[in-house]
Amino acid sequence: MSMNQKELSEQIISMVGFNPRQCMKCGKCSATCPALEEMDIHPHHFASMVCEGRINELLESKTLFRCLSCFACVERCPRSVEPAKLIEAVRDCVIRAKGANFLSPDAVPGKLDPELPQQAITAAFRKYGK
Amino acid sequence: MQRIGVFVCWCGSNIAATVDVAKVVESVKGEPGVCFAQDYQYMCSEAGQQLIINAIHEHKLTGIVVCSCSPRMHEATFRKTAEKAGINPYMVEIANIREHCSWIHKDKDEATEKAVILARAAIAKVNLNAPLQPGESAVTKRALIIGGGIAGIQSALDIADAGYKVDIVERSATIGGKMAQLDKTFPTLDCAACILTPKMVEAAQHPNITLYTYSEVESVKGFVGNFDVKIKKKARFVDENKCTGCAVCTTKCPSRKGGNEFNCNLDNRGAVYIPFAQAVPNVAVIDSTRCLHFKTGKCGLCEKVCSAGAIKFDQQDEIIEEKYGAIVVATGFQISDVTKFDEFQYTKHPDVITSLELERIMNAAGPTKGTLLRMSNKEHPKDIVFVQCVGSRDNTARGKCYCSKICCMYTAKHAMLIREKYPDVNVHVFYIDVRTPGKNFDEFYRRAVEQYNVDYIKGMVGKVYENENGRLTVQAVDLLADRRIMLETDMVVLAAAIEPSSGVKDIASMLTASIDTNNFLTEAHPKLRPVESPTAGVFLSGVCQGPKDIPETVSQAGAAAVKVVGLLAKDKLVTNPCTATPNELMCNGCSSCERVCPYGAIDYVEKEVNDHGKREVRRLARVNSALCQGCGACTVACPSGAMDLKGFSNRQIMAEVDAICK
Amino acid sequence: MQVNENAKEWKPLIVAFCCNWCSYAGADLAGTSRLSYPADVKIIRVPCSCRVNPMFILKAFEKGADGVIMCGCHPGDCHYSTGNYYARRRMTLLFSMLDYLGIDRKRTRVEWVSAAEGQKFSLVMNDFAKTITELGENVKLGDIRCKK
Repeated sequence: MSMNQKELSEQIISMVGFNPRQCMKCGKCSATCPALEEMDIHPHHFASMVCEGRINELLESKTLFRCLSCFACVERCPRSVEPAKLIEAVRDCVIRAKGANFLSPDAVPGKLDPELPQQAITAAFRKYGK
Repeated sequence: MQRIGVFVCWCGSNIAATVDVAKVVESVKGEPGVCFAQDYQYMCSEAGQQLIINAIHEHKLTGIVVCSCSPRMHEATFRKTAEKAGINPYMVEIANIREHCSWIHKDKDEATEKAVILARAAIAKVNLNAPLQPGESAVTKRALIIGGGIAGIQSALDIADAGYKVDIVERSATIGGKMAQLDKTFPTLDCAACILTPKMVEAAQHPNITLYTYSEVESVKGFVGNFDVKIKKKARFVDENKCTGCAVCTTKCPSRKGGNEFNCNLDNRGAVYIPFAQAVPNVAVIDSTRCLHFKTGKCGLCEKVCSAGAIKFDQQDEIIEEKYGAIVVATGFQISDVTKFDEFQYTKHPDVITSLELERIMNAAGPTKGTLLRMSNKEHPKDIVFVQCVGSRDNTARGKCYCSKICCMYTAKHAMLIREKYPDVNVHVFYIDVRTPGKNFDEFYRRAVEQYNVDYIKGMVGKVYENENGRLTVQAVDLLADRRIMLETDMVVLAAAIEPSSGVKDIASMLTASIDTNNFLTEAHPKLRPVESPTAGVFLSGVCQGPKDIPETVSQAGAAAVKVVGLLAKDKLVTNPCTATPNELMCNGCSSCERVCPYGAIDYVEKEVNDHGKREVRRLARVNSALCQGCGACTVACPSGAMDLKGFSNRQIMAEVDAICK
Repeated sequence: MQVNENAKEWKPLIVAFCCNWCSYAGADLAGTSRLSYPADVKIIRVPCSCRVNPMFILKAFEKGADGVIMCGCHPGDCHYSTGNYYARRRMTLLFSMLDYLGIDRKRTRVEWVSAAEGQKFSLVMNDFAKTITELGENVKLGDIRCKK
């Protein structure tokens, strides 16, 4: 694991706020995922790949922009691992590396909708832009 | 002044690796009263104990401090050692430098410093120790078993065979428990009823066993050897002595809308019912919440058809009071609530069932007379999907964080039984891990795969939904192939997590037995005292202590029985000498202590005292040391500080505080 | 107060009163499971939380303790049925009085830890030690009965 990879891995873990090692590789996230067939790396791989520091592979993955941020996996995960947040965090790393962010902080309050998870809104704006 | 010896144990490297034991020995040598200090590899070994005995003789020691593991481990050992050397066993104090020090700290200086302080506190306490003499209390030679499943029945039979009286309290109308609901048992595939019912009958006919079915424990008072228990015998509205179990009333009862609990509510029963054909006692019971007579005052058909005249609508709940020496908790388990897992459609689709429901469907006495049918249309299924770990190993609010242990094996059993009886049915099992430790267990599972062609797929099921063909679609992932699976099936069987029976919390509070965060009862020691509760005289049998299968339950039930017999075989129990004791000169007879005593151990006497030459009759508190359990509530409640607790006196604890805050 | 000679780093002194039936065993379990907490915590075993005389706690603060924590069985689970209820009321009063006397309310705590909760014991002690370390050195209570 190169230093950069390790740092990224730690950064992602601190961003999601839980320990991805809680994952027991049951595959519930992938089984639940409505966009699974569109993905190259399946959600259940994310936790272990982040722990192992295989971040570069994740950064190049199509999955980041195929994930619908529907949070079904977060809802159903029996180990409180919240795979969508992991994907979201990796996606953030890609966006930050590019120096791009499709959302300005001032724009957020206007977009909020009590019916929708906040993270889903920000994720959508990050992915699809202006 | 005491002559104190301090003995510092290395516990191999357990203590010595993080605590500089030689430094501890050196540091305590100057403490008040200490005239000898030594370290040794294993103080609890015979050589270590001999070392203590020799030191006691050689240095004329009067008090001992052992710096070692928790007093919960070896306090008794070292007390016996002291007794052997001729000093009072209660002159021994333990400084816990293993569990509370070496095992949790990494820095050697820090751990050594703490060990010295803990040793100092123990030395300060021993300086104030006084010899104590334990008392005696009698043992009631009768045991109570709470729960009449296989665990309770087995414990009862073993205790009764040893010659002691046993009462079983069971809250449902029959004994037998969950095992009676099972069709076959793994890994031998023998019929559950065939091996259970003879035991049920044996328990009912045993001269030493009394069954209280349809009864609940109302309250428990007292302590080991002397429990006072109130049992509520709920009104059956049927005279147990007259009912012949002919079951005519149960077939005639017109109120048949309610579910039959024995068949997991897959079919209905009458308001008057016998739970199942082999019920023990084979006596009907009227469910007053469903009975038309209780609801409308009319009907009374059962009374008319009963040729024995056993129906008694005016029967009342009855309270039975009994004394026991020991109590076995065998309250067992229930299936956890799977309705929270809405992705499986359990509440919406009748073809999604739990494993216990499948067990009833497969059983000849079940709702389908033993024919495997879809509950939705009563048709023969072509495919069945089993989903493992529904609610088990789930640390969210929906599930249980533990492994339910039995599901892997019973699913293999179900799969095999279905393939055996209906070779045309395809069986798929979605698993996370297959866990089959146990004699002939893994072989059993492999047989399901290799001989019965059961399709095991690694991966949790994402969701289940009804498709346009009127069948169910299971959406999952095959983790080994890393691909999506959409599987069409006729039935989905959920291996739901098991949890301790409802009401176990109330039982635990009554017994002051501790339970863990999952409501399983805690054992006194996870390895060495697995069938005892930390509360003396309370023993654990079966799943109330943790998930286990039938063979394990039966062995634990036997083990609990042996512990009970060991207790009941004693004529007298040695009581804890650490009891409360009032100082007559300071007591003003205010009754504060009496009010807080949970055991009613304090009463008052008029007694003449000599207060500095002045003689007068005063009202004084008196402690019955046979009843006092040594909690110390009275010592703090006493406004004049007259009450003190032997072994944990005010001065002793103050001295410990002093030593720690030096 | 203890001063580590080498580092000159201030270490708090924390006294923990633990019920023999629950939290003392919980502390044992924390040890068996190697769940660490700071060495500043020193445990005194009592038969029940109701055995903790407010005098013991006053004594600890008089002698320079920086924090005192009392651990008992969860309400309803007392080995002696009711002891922890008495302790709970007693400590509520004592702690508010101590606060009035100048001992910060955060320096005193009651926690319910069962024999099965080794992890909780470790978490509680880590958290309490952190709080006390952040609060810094405590004032000493004086005993006016025997002024030097």
